[in-house]
Amino acid sequence: MSSETTAAPTVLAVENIHKRFGEIEVLRGISLEARNGDVVSILGSSGSGKSTFLRCLNFLETPSAGRIHLHGEEIRTRRDRAGMLRPADHGQLTRLRARVGMVFQQFNLWPHMTVLSNLVEAPRRVRGLGKAEAIEKAEALLEKVGLAERRDYYPAHLSGGQQQRVAIARALAMDPEVILFDEPTSALDPELVGEVLAVIEALANEGRTMLIVTHEIGFARDVSTRTLFLHEGRVEEDGAPAALFTAPESERLRKFLSRHLH
Amino acid sequence: MNIDVMMAALPKLLEGAGLTLQLLFISGFFGVLLAVPLAVARASQSLAVKALPFAYIFFFRGTPLLVQLFLVYYGLSQFAFVRESPILWPVLSEPYWCAIITFSLHTGAYIAEILRGAIQAVPAGEVEAARALGMTRAGTMGRIVLPRAARIALPAYGNELILMLKGSALASTITLLDLTGMARTVIARNYMPLETFLMAGIIYMAITFVLVRALRFIEHRVSAHMRARPTGPVGVEPTA
Repeated sequence: MSSETTAAPTVLAVENIHKRFGEIEVLRGISLEARNGDVVSILGSSGSGKSTFLRCLNFLETPSAGRIHLHGEEIRTRRDRAGMLRPADHGQLTRLRARVGMVFQQFNLWPHMTVLSNLVEAPRRVRGLGKAEAIEKAEALLEKVGLAERRDYYPAHLSGGQQQRVAIARALAMDPEVILFDEPTSALDPELVGEVLAVIEALANEGRTMLIVTHEIGFARDVSTRTLFLHEGRVEEDGAPAALFTAPESERLRKFLSRHLH
Repeated sequence: MNIDVMMAALPKLLEGAGLTLQLLFISGFFGVLLAVPLAVARASQSLAVKALPFAYIFFFRGTPLLVQLFLVYYGLSQFAFVRESPILWPVLSEPYWCAIITFSLHTGAYIAEILRGAIQAVPAGEVEAARALGMTRAGTMGRIVLPRAARIALPAYGNELILMLKGSALASTITLLDLTGMARTVIARNYMPLETFLMAGIIYMAITFVLVRALRFIEHRVSAHMRARPTGPVGVEPTA
C-alpha cells in the first residue's frame, strides 16, 4: 500500500462480520478497513459470501455478529430474545444508510418513475433538498453518466447498461461517503458491460471510496487499489491487486484466476 | 315484449340508477380509504399487526353481503344503546347509511386483500433500493410500495368495482329505491316484469361498460412506464 492511502482517514471499518442462515454459516468473520479513496474489489466464486458481506454492510442483511463503523460511528445493535442481532436504533441506521450508496446487480430502479424522478426522490425525501436543487443535481449526474437526454424516460425504456448507469447516478445523488457495488455488471449483456465499467472507473479516478463485488477480474486488477478474495465466508487473500493477480499465494485463488482469466 | 313499456319505465329506472351510482361511488371511496391501512397491516411481518385485518377480511369475505346488510340494518337496532345514541341512531335508522356503511366495509375487505397481494408483488429489490438510500419504512411505503401496488392492483380493483355495482342491488332489500328497487316499484304498478327488469339489466350493463372503459383509461394513464419505448429520433425527449 502506498503511503498516500495509509494516511487517508478510515471511511468504513468492518470487524469480524458473521452471518448465519439457519445452520449454514455464510460469513465466518470478515474484517475490512476502507480508507478514503480506496477501491476494494471483492472476488470469490459463487457461494463464497461476497454479496452477503456487502449486503451486511448497510444492514440489508442483518449480520449475526460483528461491528460496522462509518467514519467512526458504529451502527448500534442489540440482541433480540432469540439472540439474533438487530439494529438498535432504526433512526441511526436510516441516517447511516443515506451516507452509503449501493448499486445492485438487478439495478432496482423504480419502474413507475422517470429517470429524473428516480434520481430526485431520495435527495428530496431523505436529505430535504429543494426541488430545483435536486433536479439540477440529478441533471448534472445524468450528464456525467452520459444519459442527460434520457431524463424523462422510464427505466423499462432503457437498456440494461443504461439502467445501471442511472442506478449509479441515483446512488451518487446522495453524495455517499462510500459506494457498494453488488455485481454491477452480472445481469448485463456482454456488449453492455463496458459502458458501466467505464462509469465505475471514472468514479475510481475521482478518488471515491468504493467496494466492488465483481466477476470482472480484469477490471478489478486495473481499477482497484486493493483486492479481497473470499472463500467459504473467510478472507482467503487480501492485498494489492498487482501482487495478488501476478503471484497468488493460495492454491484456490490460483485456480479461481485461471478459470476467470481464460 | 313491449318496447313502449320499457321506454316508459326508463325515467324512473334512471332515477334508481342515480342512487345505485351514489351507493357505488361513496362506498367505493370509503372502501379504498379503509383498505389502504388494512392492506398495509395485513402485509406486515408481525403476527400481532396482521391479526386484526386478517379477522376483519375473513369475516367480510366469509359471509354474504346480504347477511352483512341485514346485520347492520336489522341487527344493530336491537341494541338499546344504538337506539338511544344521538350519534348512532340518526345514521343507523336510515337504510341509505346502513347500505353505505355495509358496502364500504364489505368492499373495503376485498380491496384490502387485492392491495395486500399487490403490495407483496412489488419486487423486494425496489424496496431495498429505497431503504439503502436511507428512506424510512413509512417513506418507502408511501413513495414506492403503495404507488407500485396501486398500479398492480388496478385491474383487480376494477373487477371488484363491477362486482360491487351488481352487489348494490341488495340495497333494494332494505327499502332503498336503487335501480333494482325502483324496477320492483315500477313492476308493482305496470305488472310488466320482463320489460322492466330487462330495461334495468340494460342500464346495469351500460354502467358496467362505462366503468370498464373508464378503468381502462386510468390504467393506460398510469402505466406509461409499461408501454413500448417512445419512438422518434434518439435524443428527442418523449412527450409521455
